[in-house]
Amino acid sequence: MSKPKVATCSLAGCFGCHMSFLDIDERILQLVELVDFGPSPINDLKHFTDRCRVGLVEGGCANAENVRVLREFRTHCDILVSMGYCATSGGIPAMRNLVSMEECLREAYMEGPSVHNPTGRVPGDLELPLLLDKVRPCHEVVKIDYHLPGCPPSADAIWAALCALVSDAPIELPYQLIKYD
Amino acid sequence: MDTEVRQITSDACRAFANDGTRLLDILHEIQRRLGHVPPDAIEAIADCTSLAPVRVQQTLAFYAFFSDRPLGKVVIRLCDDVVDRMWGYDAVRAAFEKALGIPMGGTTPDGMIGLQRTPCIGMSDQSPAALVGTTVFTRLTPESAERIVAGLRAGCQPAELIEKCGDGNNAHTLVRAMVRNNIRQPGAVLLTEGERGAAIANALAMSPAEVIRTVKNARLRGCGGAGFPTGMKWEFARSARGPRKLIFCNADEGEPGTFKDRVLLTEHPNRVFAGMTIAGYAVGAAEGILYLRAEYAYLRPFLEDILARRRADGLLGNAIRGKHSFGFDIRIQLGAGSYVCGAELALLRSCEGGPGEPMTRPPFPVQSGYLGCPSVVNNVETLALVTKILESGAPAFSELGEEGCSGTKLLSLSGDCTRPGVYEVPLGTPLRDVLDMCGGGDARSVLVGGASGRFVGPALFDRLISFDDLSTGGAIIVFGPQRSVPEIVELYSHFFAEESCGYCAPCRIGTVLLRERLGRIVRGTGEPADLEYLEELGDTMKATSRCGLGQAAPNALLSSLKNFRPAYEELVRSDPDGFKRAFDLDKAVTQAGEIAARLSIRGQEVAL
Ligand SMILES: Cc1cc2nc3c(=O)[nH]c(=O)nc-3n(C[C@H](O)[C@H](O)[C@H](O)COP(=O)(O)O)c2cc1C
Ligand code: SF4
Ligand code: SF4
Ligand code: FES
Repeated sequence: MSKPKVATCSLAGCFGCHMSFLDIDERILQLVELVDFGPSPINDLKHFTDRCRVGLVEGGCANAENVRVLREFRTHCDILVSMGYCATSGGIPAMRNLVSMEECLREAYMEGPSVHNPTGRVPGDLELPLLLDKVRPCHEVVKIDYHLPGCPPSADAIWAALCALVSDAPIELPYQLIKYD
Repeated sequence: MDTEVRQITSDACRAFANDGTRLLDILHEIQRRLGHVPPDAIEAIADCTSLAPVRVQQTLAFYAFFSDRPLGKVVIRLCDDVVDRMWGYDAVRAAFEKALGIPMGGTTPDGMIGLQRTPCIGMSDQSPAALVGTTVFTRLTPESAERIVAGLRAGCQPAELIEKCGDGNNAHTLVRAMVRNNIRQPGAVLLTEGERGAAIANALAMSPAEVIRTVKNARLRGCGGAGFPTGMKWEFARSARGPRKLIFCNADEGEPGTFKDRVLLTEHPNRVFAGMTIAGYAVGAAEGILYLRAEYAYLRPFLEDILARRRADGLLGNAIRGKHSFGFDIRIQLGAGSYVCGAELALLRSCEGGPGEPMTRPPFPVQSGYLGCPSVVNNVETLALVTKILESGAPAFSELGEEGCSGTKLLSLSGDCTRPGVYEVPLGTPLRDVLDMCGGGDARSVLVGGASGRFVGPALFDRLISFDDLSTGGAIIVFGPQRSVPEIVELYSHFFAEESCGYCAPCRIGTVLLRERLGRIVRGTGEPADLEYLEELGDTMKATSRCGLGQAAPNALLSSLKNFRPAYEELVRSDPDGFKRAFDLDKAVTQAGEIAARLSIRGQEVAL
């Protein structure tokens, strides 16, 4: 039987959750025994070729491209996991929800102390994804099956959750793994 | 600093002896003279009262009827509540907006008239209703809205625009309100005449302990909603230690759909004040405070006059009825537009001049309440019943109930019924009988207990109105077959989100989440999972909120999810792709597209 497939992506996140994932250290050898990888920053595959058992999503949705990727993950993954605070609640990027979009873009592209922008305009290149009015956690955009808290969740937590999900075992996350104070 | 502001502020403070606990009165006075409370006044109040400026600021910001910017020389506060929406709120609102040339929330360019929305003003039996200044207008129509605006523009005082006064004391020279009592069914106790002074005479002939025993024997329970045994409350306060004790009459009546206390205060104020006096005698208190909601300010001159007469007749003041050992007096504290101030702990904070944030219990107010003194808080109706019990004896009262209940209850009926108004029924009366009485035979759903009450359907119409079955502080709102239960619940969710005092997280955040999720459902973008989410959220709020507001805010939702589930299920649908139906990508990127001057937004998104 073929191995279950896992896909991962980083939306509006800092890649910290992926770094934490890689902190599983030598267990990475077990991982390649256990699963195959679909699209992921780890293998730089961009597109789904077939269904995946589990999708791990880092980061929330800040722009239209994030939404596109997240919806693609929803379509191709049996189980979707929001990994880390950006994915589960918007996290640091969502702090921009407290200021208006105009003010935010003005500061970023026109008035910020380190900005050099002789055009005096917000970039409008079609290649640039448009920002959403508010940064949203993933479950506001698609159905999410599991939330893994932490900023980032520890390698042990990600490992425990992933192993359980790919092997259909109950997820056991001891209190120490999800306690953050 | 503006010398006029300073003068008015220091006059206002001096009128209340520069006493910081009278901050609400001080703010009311400044606002009456200036139309708002400007920033300069905050500093000046702080100087006069020795309060920290931030304390003044906090109180000012908390109450809906205070404003730190000019809203208009006259403010029209249109009641925006479920019952008003049933009876033409939208058309009346549009008429006001058109006549004034401003949107809701605005002020006319000349600064003369402001238009604001406000929750239930206690006129649900004659809605749509509005306050213009402190004057009440009821049964509004687009035409009467236009007339009011024209009159104000012509320089009339709001009171001059009343065409016809209501019945009973509403026509009294000190009231002159168009409000109608709508007493539909006077019962054996409250809505009948009694002899003034008889109850106090009887009480003073007994020892305080005997008075408490009488109230206990009558099995009187609080009518404000919680149903706590009144005699027991008094006993706790009597045995509490402290030289200064107080009796509070809770006339905040903020529960949407409740208006029976308004009728009691209009027609039987003597009975309410006598009840406070008897409570004072029983507990050993010499001071009473009537906390009157700002929406009922139109009753204040009348009530002050009644108090003056009682003082003149020896029913208040020193040596009541010649009994030298007992003195008692009452003052009126006006609220300022806050529902949570009806919760007793918030009420006490409000009387201390602070924002109405309920404190944590224990200590209970009977041990340590207003300024740390043992304080009894009772509802208007409870206190009126005390007078009746002392007048005719405990057995006569307790025999009035049915099915093992004691006494009667005043109900405020409104909504889809032909005879809305006040009914006095024996406790233990089936809901069905009440619906028949008020001409609500067509009811499909009934909200028992107002916005924070329970939604029941025909299957439960045989249940009894009583503290142990269908419990209510008095509000019963009837809905006919044409009304949508989820829409009603959604409308009330706005009320709770706006009235939450914000102190504790489950309520501050929970009420907003509840409103947001219910909004999705009624807008047709909800999903079946949202119903489970709402159930879980409601349970959490009930279990973890600090006061009754947050604990009761999910009641209508949870009971309707139980009793009217199909009405919700009809509205929700899941997306086959697992995409959230409430998320609209096009809408979410519109603003960014406009800013970046990208005309091909749609084109790009379609390419997804
Ligand atoms: C949010 C909230 C609002 C309340 N509003 C009122 C009110 O308007 N009038 C009232 O008598 N009790 C109100 N209560 C109940 C009071 O806290 C208190 O129980 C009551 O005044 C006690 O009087 P009773 O024992 O005579 O009923 C409210 C409670 C809560 C939690
Ligand atoms: S949750 Fe923390 S570590 Fe993960 S992407 Fe967000 S900021 Fe980075
Ligand atoms: S439950 Fe609501 S109203 Fe009560 S204390 Fe908490 S935030 Fe304030
Ligand atoms: S006065 Fe409008 S609903 Fe009560």
